[in-house]
Amino acid sequence: MRYLLHRLVQGVLLLFGVSILTFLFSTLAPGNYLDEMRLNPQISSATLDALRSEYQLDRPLPMRYARWMNSIAHGELGYSFAYNTPVAPLLWVRARNTLLLTVTATLLAWALALPLGVWSAERRGRWPERALSWFTATLLVVPDLVLALGLLILTVRSGWFPTGGIASVGFENLSPAGKAQDLAMHMALPVAALVLSALPILVRHIRAAVAEVLDAPFLRAAAAHGIPRRKLLFSYALRAAANPLIALFGFSVGTLLSGSLLVEIVMSWPGLGPLLLEAILARDLYVVIGGVLFSTVFLVAGNFLADLLLYWADPRIRIVAGAR
Amino acid sequence: MPRGRILRWLIVLGGLHLLVACAGFLAPYDPIQQDREHPYLAPTRVHLVDAQGQLHLRPFFYGPRLKDGSFDQFEEDTSKPIPTHFFASGARYKLLGFLPCKVHLFGTAGTRLYLMGSDGLGRDQFSRILYGGQISLLSGLLGAVFTLLMGALIGTLAGFFGGWRDSLLMRLAELFLALPWLYLLFALRAFLPLTVSPLKAFLLVIVGLATVGWARPARLVRGVVLSAKERDFVRAARGFGAGNGYLLRHHIVPETSSVLLTQAAILVPQFVLAEMTLSFLGLGIPEPAPSWGNLLASLQQFSVLVSYWWMYLPAVAIVPFVVGYQGLANALHLDEAAEKIEVQRGGDPS
Repeated sequence: MRYLLHRLVQGVLLLFGVSILTFLFSTLAPGNYLDEMRLNPQISSATLDALRSEYQLDRPLPMRYARWMNSIAHGELGYSFAYNTPVAPLLWVRARNTLLLTVTATLLAWALALPLGVWSAERRGRWPERALSWFTATLLVVPDLVLALGLLILTVRSGWFPTGGIASVGFENLSPAGKAQDLAMHMALPVAALVLSALPILVRHIRAAVAEVLDAPFLRAAAAHGIPRRKLLFSYALRAAANPLIALFGFSVGTLLSGSLLVEIVMSWPGLGPLLLEAILARDLYVVIGGVLFSTVFLVAGNFLADLLLYWADPRIRIVAGAR
Repeated sequence: MPRGRILRWLIVLGGLHLLVACAGFLAPYDPIQQDREHPYLAPTRVHLVDAQGQLHLRPFFYGPRLKDGSFDQFEEDTSKPIPTHFFASGARYKLLGFLPCKVHLFGTAGTRLYLMGSDGLGRDQFSRILYGGQISLLSGLLGAVFTLLMGALIGTLAGFFGGWRDSLLMRLAELFLALPWLYLLFALRAFLPLTVSPLKAFLLVIVGLATVGWARPARLVRGVVLSAKERDFVRAARGFGAGNGYLLRHHIVPETSSVLLTQAAILVPQFVLAEMTLSFLGLGIPEPAPSWGNLLASLQQFSVLVSYWWMYLPAVAIVPFVVGYQGLANALHLDEAAEKIEVQRGGDPS
């Protein structure tokens, strides 16, 4: 338990660090939202000054940081200049969509990669394994952007899936089952892009980790005892190879988050990606900081989940942590 | 064995980069020269046999002609074959960035030959891809060099001096590693001015990449420095009275070279892709300067995406480079592993 608590505290500290870092970057940068307004001849300099003091842009940095922290405590995450509302509700709707996408993609990618990796570790050198490794090598050299655009063209031409957005027109009038189906159809394309971009790295690592334990004496002994091959692979070998894979899981969450940012924009999925891009183009400072912070929260949550898994899977960690 | 593989991949990559470096010579036209009469022209076919079935020794093509009753559909004007000329003189350019030159590998008189089609403003896609490669690859290469310098400096500082500097720098590195990199790059870009000249944007992209990427090489270098510091010959040198500067220069920093090389092979394609992503979204290199990213940006329009397949070609251009760098990274990795085994056996790594 203490181990987990330790990791949790580390995660929170990390969030603090990220918030300070992004805040610092934001003030080092020249220009702000009001600079764009200044170019508009219809806005007087008095109005600008009033706005400046209203948004507190004339205060020193520590004061602004403290105020921002205060607004986080109230669940607001600062104030959006462009949308004229607190940031949190704005981000929350989008973050839910991003989360839907990344969680589905992460689960699906791992559900595909685990059997593929274990299976190809067992059949090293045979032709199906070689075909698979060619496939993963090909996927590995295709950049995310190209993959996303390619899938988009494919679906636009074929019309198999709806492109863009999260729901069809008239989504409200559908039955629950119809709603689920509609959502799944809209998710298919972005999820496919994310899974395909994450898959090759996962399969390769799983294969390497499992191949390493396959030659271990305990597995040969188990095989000699007549334990079925499938049980041997998936419960004995996989368990022994679990540690680096769990670390990889935490890492894959970060990669998928970055990937989803791009995929969301390309496929116009209403997640954090398009919002963040708009906010950057409008110089809407707090929305950008909020978006980065949200993504870090997801990442910390993903890593914490990996820690939980590790705690559950590796008795050594429990014992060491308990003895402390 | 790995040495041979490294050499092979280096030759492949060298060839690819040479192609892009000589963009001015290989590209028939200036990348920003427009031809408003011929927007979104499909790639021109180069023929050897003309409409009358006669064989020509000199490759030729037919100029575009508007289809009857259409205002944006072109067909080949088969009445007049236009010959191509090799080593023709055309638009002025600077070969490799400094040699003033006007000879091109091939050229045409009058009507332009669009090997890979034209874009919305009638600019030659083939020339733009070649020139765009210069900017994209250069930003990747310079970004990697910058990142590695920063990483090596910070990693060496942290590893060699240890103590509070080490913990401070490594906590900072963990912070940067923890953030999803694209979000970080976005945030950095958000805080910098939006409308800047292409050169400034180019520098911004490079600095942004280095800021996002320094943490991983720094941690790896720190590990190498930590172990090198405790090696017997380093201790001996210190015993003979060698100062910190001497030790770093002669014994510690050279040890980090293989890690840095491997990292370079991994970072360059990543950074080229990052530049592509930024420019694609309109946050990187601005028009009219071409880069692989902003060449793809027009695909964000639905009509372009579905109608003009040749606008997709810049995306294909990056693939051989990614293959090359991945091959090189794998070969370097094997080499590193082989070196380690030799050190463990007690052999001399050099």
